[in-house]
Amino acid sequence: MSNDIEFEPVIGLEVHAQLSTKTKLFCGCSTAFGAPPNTNVCEVCTGMPGVLPVLNAQAVELAVRAGLGLHCTVHERSQWSRKNYFYPDLPKGYQISQYDKPICTGGKLDIEVDGQTMTVGITRIHMEEDAGKNVHDDLVAGARSYVDFNRSSVPLIEIVSEPDIRSSAQAAAYMKAMRQLLRYLGVCDGNMEEGSLRCDANVSVRPKGTEKFGTRAEIKNINSFRFVQQAIDYEIERQSELIRAGGKVVQETRLWDSQAKSTRSMRSKEEAHDYRYFPEPDLPDLVLRDGFVAEVGKRLPELPSDKLTRYTSKLGLSPYDAKILTEDAEVAAFFDAALATHKNTKSIANWVINEVLRELKGNSVESLKFKGDAIGELVKLIDDSTISGKIAKDVLVELMAHGGSPRAIVDSKGWVQVTDTGAIEPIVDQVLAANAESVEKYKAGKTNVIGFLVGLVMKESKGKANPAMVNELLKKKMGG
Amino acid sequence: MDLANLSAHELADQLKSGKVSSVEATSACLQRLEKTAGLGAYLHVDANGAKKQAAEADARRAKKQSAGPLDGVPIALKDIFLTEGLPTTCASRILEGFVAPYDGTAVRKLKEAGTVLLGKLNMDEFAMGSSNEHSGYLPAKNPWDATRVPGGSSGGSAVAVAAGSCFATLGTDTGGSIRQPAALTGIVGLKPTYGRVSRYGVIAFASSLDQVGPMTKDVTDCANMLQAIAGHDPRDSTSSTEKVPSYTETLEKGVQGLKVGVPKEYFIDGMDPEVRASVDAALESYKKLGATLVDVSLPHTDYGIAVYYLVATAEASSNLARFDGVRYGKRVDPGKGLLDMYLETRGKGFGPEVKRRIMLGTYALSAGYYDAYYVKAQKVRTLVAQDFKEAFAKCDVIVTPTTPTPAFKLGENTGDPIKMYLADVFTVAVNLAGLPGLSLPCGFSKSGLPIGMQVLGRPFDEATILRTARAFEREHDFSARRAIS
Ligand SMILES: [Zn+2]
Repeated sequence: MSNDIEFEPVIGLEVHAQLSTKTKLFCGCSTAFGAPPNTNVCEVCTGMPGVLPVLNAQAVELAVRAGLGLHCTVHERSQWSRKNYFYPDLPKGYQISQYDKPICTGGKLDIEVDGQTMTVGITRIHMEEDAGKNVHDDLVAGARSYVDFNRSSVPLIEIVSEPDIRSSAQAAAYMKAMRQLLRYLGVCDGNMEEGSLRCDANVSVRPKGTEKFGTRAEIKNINSFRFVQQAIDYEIERQSELIRAGGKVVQETRLWDSQAKSTRSMRSKEEAHDYRYFPEPDLPDLVLRDGFVAEVGKRLPELPSDKLTRYTSKLGLSPYDAKILTEDAEVAAFFDAALATHKNTKSIANWVINEVLRELKGNSVESLKFKGDAIGELVKLIDDSTISGKIAKDVLVELMAHGGSPRAIVDSKGWVQVTDTGAIEPIVDQVLAANAESVEKYKAGKTNVIGFLVGLVMKESKGKANPAMVNELLKKKMGG
Repeated sequence: MDLANLSAHELADQLKSGKVSSVEATSACLQRLEKTAGLGAYLHVDANGAKKQAAEADARRAKKQSAGPLDGVPIALKDIFLTEGLPTTCASRILEGFVAPYDGTAVRKLKEAGTVLLGKLNMDEFAMGSSNEHSGYLPAKNPWDATRVPGGSSGGSAVAVAAGSCFATLGTDTGGSIRQPAALTGIVGLKPTYGRVSRYGVIAFASSLDQVGPMTKDVTDCANMLQAIAGHDPRDSTSSTEKVPSYTETLEKGVQGLKVGVPKEYFIDGMDPEVRASVDAALESYKKLGATLVDVSLPHTDYGIAVYYLVATAEASSNLARFDGVRYGKRVDPGKGLLDMYLETRGKGFGPEVKRRIMLGTYALSAGYYDAYYVKAQKVRTLVAQDFKEAFAKCDVIVTPTTPTPAFKLGENTGDPIKMYLADVFTVAVNLAGLPGLSLPCGFSKSGLPIGMQVLGRPFDEATILRTARAFEREHDFSARRAIS
């Protein structure tokens, strides 16, 4: 091949998302993250002889929710299969998964890249159980390996995309949109550090303008947005270089090494496992009862794209603000709760975006000591002139530190705005007397000095004077 | 009379009337066990535990808190059942030293019914075999003739009941493992409908075929045992929610007006003439008792063994993957890494028949062969089930011989797996179709070996099977004969 040939990547992603259930897929053990090794285990999830799986109904509902959110066909009948292979973290010697009859097929996800919207097809969603975790103690002599089965049988869905993705940026955007959607749906907490969301990427390259797919490599172990982009970029470059140098891409599984920032071969096609899938005889077909899918559909929360449309067209927010507010399901819920308390869309949007989110510095709104309704209440206090905007910022500082209700904070601190002319007038007089020069300027037509004077009165009143009233009084007294 | 020769319900009557205590019955079994130790029925005896449970049963009875017909009755269990705190090996070296961490559902139910657990019984390793010669520890021997096999895989269970070293037991039946040894040892064995009894806490051989069932001295005991263990179990998703009827209520109703199906495919040339004569006589007997004989056909019978050995081995190859030396049981680790640990552990832990079946099953599921073997076998399996459906449109029960021959000699078939597999030729189809089937003694050969016949029924119609078997038993003394006096 010529050296200047341009390649186009073809990418498909397999996203593994942990379903947000309290208990495991086939037993009653907790799914809580971070428990001491082998404490969330029982005879079922450690594969003792004689045990049988019992399906967690909540996991099924969450998988259906994901299917509906991704516009899939949800099948009333799907089937469990066994995927057989030996590994110490796989206690039964097989993983219970879905194979040729998955619960959902044929959906789509819209993503936005560089202001352009594109659609990525979803091939299928299937349910499966997670494996445990091998822990290698290779720092000491006579190193041993251990297995922690806390994750064993934690419920997952695998969402397989069509090979519609053409760049690493699109892949990252797809992952972000997927995480956003799954969090909105309450299907997965999206915590990539804890392994709740991870992905494998199938990457191949072909000369630009050609139709035929190249030979693909599957890259495993990608668990951040940054790594999606880096791993795919690395792989595109590796495959293109290989072909340019006259070599051939071989079908294989490669592992992303985030430290080395490269992928390395894990096993070739010849070494690939024969998983000997066959229908799981310990579980009947998964049959959804009549009307179940429709019921789940009714309980489906508003999806991010619908919310975005509502915020711009119905609430009149700018696309920029609407995007910020809908990016994260929790932020949107926070905003909706604020709006439910007080209907001042513009002001509440400003407070959430410019004050609350800024103060959070990237932490989640769930870490706050107060809920969205407090911001609604705060804006209401401004709007009915109980406090000034400046005092409101002090109230927010209090909320951040201790939580509580804005009204109670204002009352207990004595921050209620002074609207009594008798109380403000002496301060106004005092300020005018001390700033004769400014008064002269004002009278000479430089009316913008009034802002300076208002500021001084506000400062003297410790922010409690009603600014509009101060303005009025100043004008009156200076003969404006 | 030696207590050990009573049936369980006869013992229950004596316990009730206060003539004997559970402690005495337990001692009688332990003595018989000692006397017949050479038969190799037991893999583990828990004499102290049993005596303690018997004393508790007697105490309950003294306080008039007795649980029912099984309270205080000494039993033993095939070593495939998980029994908390007791060794559970499935007669395999790979589980040597393994102590079960929990009780299976059927075991729990029998404990709740007040039974006394004497110990764990010999079997073919992982229930794979028809002679009990594939036990990883020792073969069990037929109490009617110790040079002959007791059948398998529930061979130890059959021997213990036939020899009187326990009053009743549970076996498991994947392709005939309850009925075939019951027939060869002259006892009653029932494989219930798939899903009638929970499989939770039973080491899996072939999940879609395995079923737990009683092995007892007579039909009444069989009904009582089934009553104790039948029913839905939330821990077994394949267990049925179908209501459990009272099996004893209809037991004595007879067969007047019942249609007994006779499938021509089960009366083949070359079967043992004494077996044929006994079953023919039994059919005549049913006619006299008021039943009508109906010719039925089960045209796919010939495919039974082939289909069975594909489906059962495929499932087994996966079910036995968990015995890897990582978490429990035997581990042989040459210290050369994971692969060698797997290879050595499984290579040394499993016996030759188990390895043979794991290889067969792995092959049947392999890429490129799956459709030709496993998928095709499943298709034929539905045809076998369809045969029975059509037959049961014409009759209420089907009667066949249980085995083609009486008990064969130890070592006679061990060199020829196919010949061994054919010992199950009359029993496997019932497992493939998920139907209930019972074997009961219907005669003895001239050399004094028991002969069994099989009564098959519609799904969940164990009540009709039991009543049909009981009607025959009432008229004959075959179940009352004892191998050891
Ligand atoms: Zn568990």
